[in-house]
Amino acid sequence: MDVLTRRRFLVASGVVGASALAGGAAAYRLNDLLATAGDRDPQARTLVLVTLYGGNDGLNTVVPHADPAYRNARPDLAYSAEEVLRLDDGTGLNPALAGLHRAYGAGRLAVVRGVGYPKPDRSHFRSMDIWHTAQPDRPGTTGWLGRWLDRAGADPRLAVSFEPALPPLLAGERGAGASVPVTERESPPRLAAETLTALAAVAPDDSPARARAAACFADLGAVDAMVRQVRATPAAEDAEDDGETASATATGGARASLDAQLDLVARCVEAGVVTRVFSVSLGGFDTHADEKQLQQVLLGQLDGALSRFTDRMSRTEAGRKVVVAVYSEFGRRVRANASDGTDHGTASNVLLLGAPVDGGLYGEPPSLTDLDDGDLKFTTDFRDVYATLLERVLDTDAGAVLGGWRGRLADAL
Amino acid sequence: MRGTLRRTGDKPGPDVILTVLEHRAANVGGMREREAVAHLLRRATFGPTADEVDDAERAGLAATLDRLLDPAGPDRGAAATPTPALGPDPAAALAQDATREQRQQVNRERREQVNTLTAWWLARMIAAEHQGDEKLLFFWHGHWATSVRKVRSAPLMLRQLETLRRFGRGPLAPLVDAMVRDPALILWLDGQQNTRRAPNENLARELLELFTLGIGGGYREADVKEGARALTGWTVDRRTGVARFVARRHDPGPKTILGSRAAFDAGSYAALLAGRPETARFVAGRLWFRYAGAQVPPPADLAGPDTVGTLRRIFTAPAFAQTRDTLVKQPVEWLVGAARQLGVRPATLSEAGRRRLLAGLNALDQVPLRPPSVGGWPAGTAWLTTSSLQARMRVADQVAGAADPAVLARLAAAPPAGRPDALARLLVVDRWSDRTRAALVPLAGQPRRLLVAGLVSPEYAVS
Repeated sequence: MDVLTRRRFLVASGVVGASALAGGAAAYRLNDLLATAGDRDPQARTLVLVTLYGGNDGLNTVVPHADPAYRNARPDLAYSAEEVLRLDDGTGLNPALAGLHRAYGAGRLAVVRGVGYPKPDRSHFRSMDIWHTAQPDRPGTTGWLGRWLDRAGADPRLAVSFEPALPPLLAGERGAGASVPVTERESPPRLAAETLTALAAVAPDDSPARARAAACFADLGAVDAMVRQVRATPAAEDAEDDGETASATATGGARASLDAQLDLVARCVEAGVVTRVFSVSLGGFDTHADEKQLQQVLLGQLDGALSRFTDRMSRTEAGRKVVVAVYSEFGRRVRANASDGTDHGTASNVLLLGAPVDGGLYGEPPSLTDLDDGDLKFTTDFRDVYATLLERVLDTDAGAVLGGWRGRLADAL
Repeated sequence: MRGTLRRTGDKPGPDVILTVLEHRAANVGGMREREAVAHLLRRATFGPTADEVDDAERAGLAATLDRLLDPAGPDRGAAATPTPALGPDPAAALAQDATREQRQQVNRERREQVNTLTAWWLARMIAAEHQGDEKLLFFWHGHWATSVRKVRSAPLMLRQLETLRRFGRGPLAPLVDAMVRDPALILWLDGQQNTRRAPNENLARELLELFTLGIGGGYREADVKEGARALTGWTVDRRTGVARFVARRHDPGPKTILGSRAAFDAGSYAALLAGRPETARFVAGRLWFRYAGAQVPPPADLAGPDTVGTLRRIFTAPAFAQTRDTLVKQPVEWLVGAARQLGVRPATLSEAGRRRLLAGLNALDQVPLRPPSVGGWPAGTAWLTTSSLQARMRVADQVAGAADPAVLARLAAAPPAGRPDALARLLVVDRWSDRTRAALVPLAGQPRRLLVAGLVSPEYAVS
């Protein structure tokens, strides 16, 4: 199997990044970084990336209700002008997004329309790998924020995910973000600190994977201390039986509620931890059937969680430096299928939310009649959005992270 | 005894352990043989016991591989963990006008069935003597990854496992043919909503992308759409749990799939996919990925005439030997292997103890029957996070606490200075690094902590 095929094979398995992660794990020592971590720059902004797994239907999120082609393509799924929450004469938000609509009115929500990439892939996994790696031609083995992390010093505490398995977007060449459980049962340590410290040492004959396993012991101390510091009360939720009541989904997403994840983000931000990037997620958007009600429920969860979070963030100086970005691996087809759902599509909206955001509508809305095999043609490359976030939120040379990409989203941040 | 790895009551005492260690030190050739069979057993089974490695070393590498791939004789461990009699799905008896309370009661009963089935499977993985077959079943479960969280029915999940067990060793064609009609898979991927009037592409897409040809396997978007038409008409009778073909929902027209034009239906479509060389290559690559890892690329021509043949090529490939120390154990592999080595038998645990084991898997984020998505579980260093390490330490302590007292006694019987080596033998770790030895030596007087440290060590987490 040649290298290309092997890469594909890693990608198909959903573990893009794992080999890079293993390859670089021995290259850094957390203790070295700890000594230099210093205080957080009070001017530094924070990025909260919200991934919606399953392919959220963009046309029923930001609704082009005035376009007759919209209603014609999906008569039973379409929202009318009276139902949507008005953004302008032709566009409105899904009725479940009342909180985001208020943020739009306050100038804190930017809606970027028609975001996608060339030669769209309709596989959940492949398309999500493309979004994670920001490499549409050939998804590699590092995530876009992992590459940022490499440049920022590879301290895992700089990029934190609240999912037990690390999302590929946080995997870099040299290191990777930290994954921290949302629900933590307090339990006495079974191993003494000396044992943990001893196991954290680097052994000269370690394979990369073993080096990574040892590095976890080192990271444990640092991340643990940071999170414990901000976890004022133990999380009420017990993950043990979560799955039995959570909606089932074949396309992934975090098990803990978005609320619980964002609650921990809020506490970290308020405590002034060094973390610059938080990754959270919500799953279940693969609405092949009976979409309208299902999507409203999910968007309602999203709206409630984001509204509570941004309200809370607006109350502190650190919180007012937070930018939330919401995306999904693709939108859905313009035309409804006959099960009152929609199949996998292409371009969709990215939402940017927070005090630093200059609210409004960005990007050209894609035509509903000039389609590519039934799907929207993208008008804004997703790397424009990433580049803007990298420069305006993470103060990084975006070109170095995005292979020299030059496009930017003007004026949104 | 061919085909059953010996498990006897004659546990070697510390003198035997020391003899073996001396033997290893003295005989380089013998050491190689032992390490080679240990490597094979660590990958082909959930985790060999020291006795099993002794046995395999005596039998030799070739005979050990034959036993793994073609086990003879009855499996006493499987016989001791019989498939649970789940009875019918409680939802089948639910009337259309059932009350809210009745529905809640049925949901409780269904959850109980799922718990019973999951606990049984875990116990079976630990007890089975035909470990090669048991591990292969877990591979297929992750390949055709179906979650009971959506299917909800334990009897249908069990039926899918039985189908995977029945066809999993053989050629791919009968397996694919059975799976496109598998009720749990149909429910999982919305096959029952795939009709002539309204084709639903979900099952057709994942069939191509994840189960047969694989990404890059030479199919196009049009093949997905045409494949969905071929699969129309299959529904699941929720009452009986049987997959039925409803002719009026099927699209009988001609379809063009992968360049062939015919009136494909589920059977001929499955046969077309299973017969493609890309499918054999893709599935062989996935087997390599799970048994050998992603660090060493799979050799060419890995696909055998059937899956057992492919496994034989994997385990005998020179590259397989180079994959030592590189494969991160999945949590289920880690826990089941540890339970086998420590003599933990779920059947002898209290109900609470059994529940704790399953809760442990939940904390480790890998519960059988509940893969996170149709893409299956992650692999490699994705499992090595600070969060999973915390869970591993908790679960290791539970497993160590449930260890067979005879195992702890054997560890304690070694002189303190020899206990790290006795632990390595118990956990079938070839050797400790200086790092881990330094962590273990101070724990020599505390057998339970010594066990926990060994179970969470990098040498044990990565095989």
